[in-house]
Amino acid sequence: MLENLDALLLARLQFAFTISFHIVLPAFTIGLASYLFVLNALWLITKRQVYEELFEFWKTIFAVAFGMGVVSGIVMSYQFGTNWSQFSDKVGPVIGPLMGYEVLTAFFLEAGFLGVMLFGFHRVGHGLHLFATGMVALGTLLSATWILAANSWMQTPAGFGVNEAGQFVPLDWWAIIFTPSFPYRFVHMVLAAYLTTALVVGACGAWHLLRGGAPRRSSTMFVMAMGMVAVVTPLQILAGDQHGLNTLEHQPAKVMAMEGHFDSHPDGAPLILFGLPDQKNKRVDYAISIPGLSSLILKHGWKEPLAGLDTIPDELEPPVAVVFWSFRIMVGLGMAMLLLGLWSAVAWWRGRLTTDRWLHRAAVVMGPSGFLAILAGWITTEVGRQPYTVYGHLLTAESVSPIAAPAVAVSLLAFIAVYFFVFGAGIFYIVRLMARLPAEPEEEVLDKGPVRTAGITPGPAQGTPQGDTHGH
Amino acid sequence: MGIDLAFIWAFLIAFAVLAYVVMDGFDLGIGILFPFFREKRDRDTMMNTVAPVWDGNETWLVMGGGGLMAVFPLAYATVLTALYVPLIAMLLGLIFRGVAFEFRWRTKRWLPVWDWGFCVGSTVAAFSQGIALGALIEGIPVADRAYAGGWWNWLTPFSVATGISLVIGYALLGATWLVLKTTDDLAARAREIARPATYLTLLGMGVFSLWTPLIGPHYLGRWLSFPAVIFSVLVPLLVLACVAVIISGLNRQKDAPPFLAALGLFVLGFAGIGISFYPYIVPPSLTIQQAAAPHASLAFLLVGALVLIPIILAYTAYAYWVFRGKVRPGEGYH
Ligand code: HDD
Ligand code: HEM
Ligand code: HEM
Repeated sequence: MLENLDALLLARLQFAFTISFHIVLPAFTIGLASYLFVLNALWLITKRQVYEELFEFWKTIFAVAFGMGVVSGIVMSYQFGTNWSQFSDKVGPVIGPLMGYEVLTAFFLEAGFLGVMLFGFHRVGHGLHLFATGMVALGTLLSATWILAANSWMQTPAGFGVNEAGQFVPLDWWAIIFTPSFPYRFVHMVLAAYLTTALVVGACGAWHLLRGGAPRRSSTMFVMAMGMVAVVTPLQILAGDQHGLNTLEHQPAKVMAMEGHFDSHPDGAPLILFGLPDQKNKRVDYAISIPGLSSLILKHGWKEPLAGLDTIPDELEPPVAVVFWSFRIMVGLGMAMLLLGLWSAVAWWRGRLTTDRWLHRAAVVMGPSGFLAILAGWITTEVGRQPYTVYGHLLTAESVSPIAAPAVAVSLLAFIAVYFFVFGAGIFYIVRLMARLPAEPEEEVLDKGPVRTAGITPGPAQGTPQGDTHGH
Repeated sequence: MGIDLAFIWAFLIAFAVLAYVVMDGFDLGIGILFPFFREKRDRDTMMNTVAPVWDGNETWLVMGGGGLMAVFPLAYATVLTALYVPLIAMLLGLIFRGVAFEFRWRTKRWLPVWDWGFCVGSTVAAFSQGIALGALIEGIPVADRAYAGGWWNWLTPFSVATGISLVIGYALLGATWLVLKTTDDLAARAREIARPATYLTLLGMGVFSLWTPLIGPHYLGRWLSFPAVIFSVLVPLLVLACVAVIISGLNRQKDAPPFLAALGLFVLGFAGIGISFYPYIVPPSLTIQQAAAPHASLAFLLVGALVLIPIILAYTAYAYWVFRGKVRPGEGYH
């Protein structure tokens, strides 16, 4: 591979690196924005102080994550032109307007109301403040809708023609937005964002329960989060299964790579649990497989025939090992989340949800699993559609900018250095914020609004655990 | 029919870029001015004057870039490739300054790091934008629907001069914004800075106007053609009027006039550049029509833009209204 370290490969690496950093931040902020809206609403309805305190607590974390999401997103929107100019010229007329609508409906909405949500509590009424929080949450969901419509169009293009300049020309906007894979991708991604956030919130609650601090807030967080995990994980697995069936219909080569099926199976394909795909020799070494199960999942019959990569020309095959493994990582993590959800449900049934210390330990360990599953899922999706950027119509090699390899190499190195430095610091601050849950005041029902207290005095930020929870 | 839409879009993109320049201009300016204010308390206040609005300001940059991809994809593809290095530098600068808004409040030990990041990030972003403007004016060669130059073409004495001028111009916006939004010592210090910044901005605009025709004689032709010539005569006069308003406003301790007049300077400069570009979007290679996306793309997004931009402007104005008035030291939003 090293001799191919040309502008194309570098541009792909750069895109993969920057989007991977970007995607985990929006995933977290999509979930957190909705969670904050729920907390804000619960507080206004019940006037229970714990909701206000949790709102304050997560709002600060949200602000840090959101800032990082914005700056990494701006990089994405310019990268199409800098690194993928041929792609932009040809595909811009179709997906450009989708991203244009994303800016108009989502980004402005979030940005416009973010200030009011974060800093405006004393300047507007409770109702308006809740409204602002709701608008921020709505903005994050709209953003996901448009960008996933754009991505889904690239996966399963529809509703377009090609003009004499080689540009894709929109013919039917409805078909362009609602491509066959869009509904599945949208549901799967939004559930993933909620699940990921629930796992983080749950891990934070569990951590504080284990340390014995701030029991009222930690248990509220933990119960809310585990409820989400228990309910959403089965839905997510169902959605993923449907997504896979849909992909089989529209991008069969991707599913062949996910399953590691180099050969066609005319009478029932096995489900390969593990193995080492060897693309050169077109086989999976050391495979552990269950006969017929793959046909059962994908075709609903043990004996149904399934085509393999032998039906695809070599140069149009995706890299099998990456897709095979990333898919297994995602599904494996999904199964672990299912277990966590079941365990929580049983503990809840027995009234032990907030006292089962092993459950709390497991929840802490599972804290980052949503992020990993999201990255693994996107790698499956994106690598699985190679060698195309617009599936079946535009090759990745025809998408790249005519830019010198050294330019791409230097900028890639700069991005790597800056991202690890800046986002590393940001993740450190977020973890530190989560690790601090100030001691609990008496529970009372107060008509007092969320005020952003941390930060104006530099105290709680560093070293001095102001009113921290150790003492309990 | 398609032709008309392309012009409407050229106008809307220009509007988005102008909105970006004046709005992010003052908050980048705050970062550029950080070295002139050493006290942490002052820096906190300065940052708090823009903390609730900076994200919205920067969204206009995404609108300009994303909008360009949608409606002038060929311009987006060629310009962004030609300006690869300054744009990457700008993005990296924006990363540092964007995160500083939150990170600064989350640490004591690393406060100097994020102060530095805020200042250098803002300055680099401003300088790169100026460079990009200069390089665009000097022209971008296009062949076969692709950029046809090298990756260092943008670096010229002219583009460096526009880069420096833009940094100074943003500093002026930032200083007059501080005059408007802060009190006491901080406002007084901002007033002191605004004065030389005004003169330097004027100098920058003068140099720019004399230098541009030397780069492309056709620019002079455009300025002297009718009806542009009316503007060519009016703009310098209006510029001088704005400068007079800034200086007298500073002398008479007024809050709002210096900032508004500084915005006026930017609008005038921008109009002048717009006139010079027309009918090109990528001088001297692509006209507005050549770069335009197919009619269906222009029409589809235009419907949304015409409905949504007024709404966006309304709630943006509302957000500014919520945070109106002076920000006093210690009275942070954080
Ligand atoms: C709107 C479009 C879009 C969206 C939402 C995404 N991608 Fe993508 N991705 C592309 C558009 C794209 C692309 C422009 O089409 C690339 C660039 C080069 C390529 O092969 O396709 C690509 C490539 C690409 C690659 C390199 C594949 C390879 O070279 O083999 C990876 C690993 C990812 N992406 C990962 C992601 C992740 C983690 C995403 C999560 C958000 C994501 N992509 C969203
Ligand atoms: C290549 C693809 C992508 C591009 C070009 C892109 C572009 C952007 C840009 C420019 C911003 C900053 C907007 C601002 O100034 O407020 C942003 C933020 C955001 N993006 Fe992306 N994005 C991409 C992928 C995604 C995906 C796949 C999702 C979700 C499924 C997503 C969801 C969001 C959200 C919710 C935000 C708001 C900021 C945040 O919550 O952190 N983006 N994106
Ligand atoms: C365990 C059961 C799961 C199954 C069967 C499943 C199935 C799939 C399939 C088939 C794809 C690729 C679709 C395509 O590109 O055509 C996919 C993508 C993806 N998965 Fe999963 N998934 C599961 C669990 C999860 C979990 C737990 C998460 C995250 C919390 C997740 C997040 C994603 C993401 C972000 C993508 C990429 C976006 C998309 O194409 O929707 N998945 N999944």
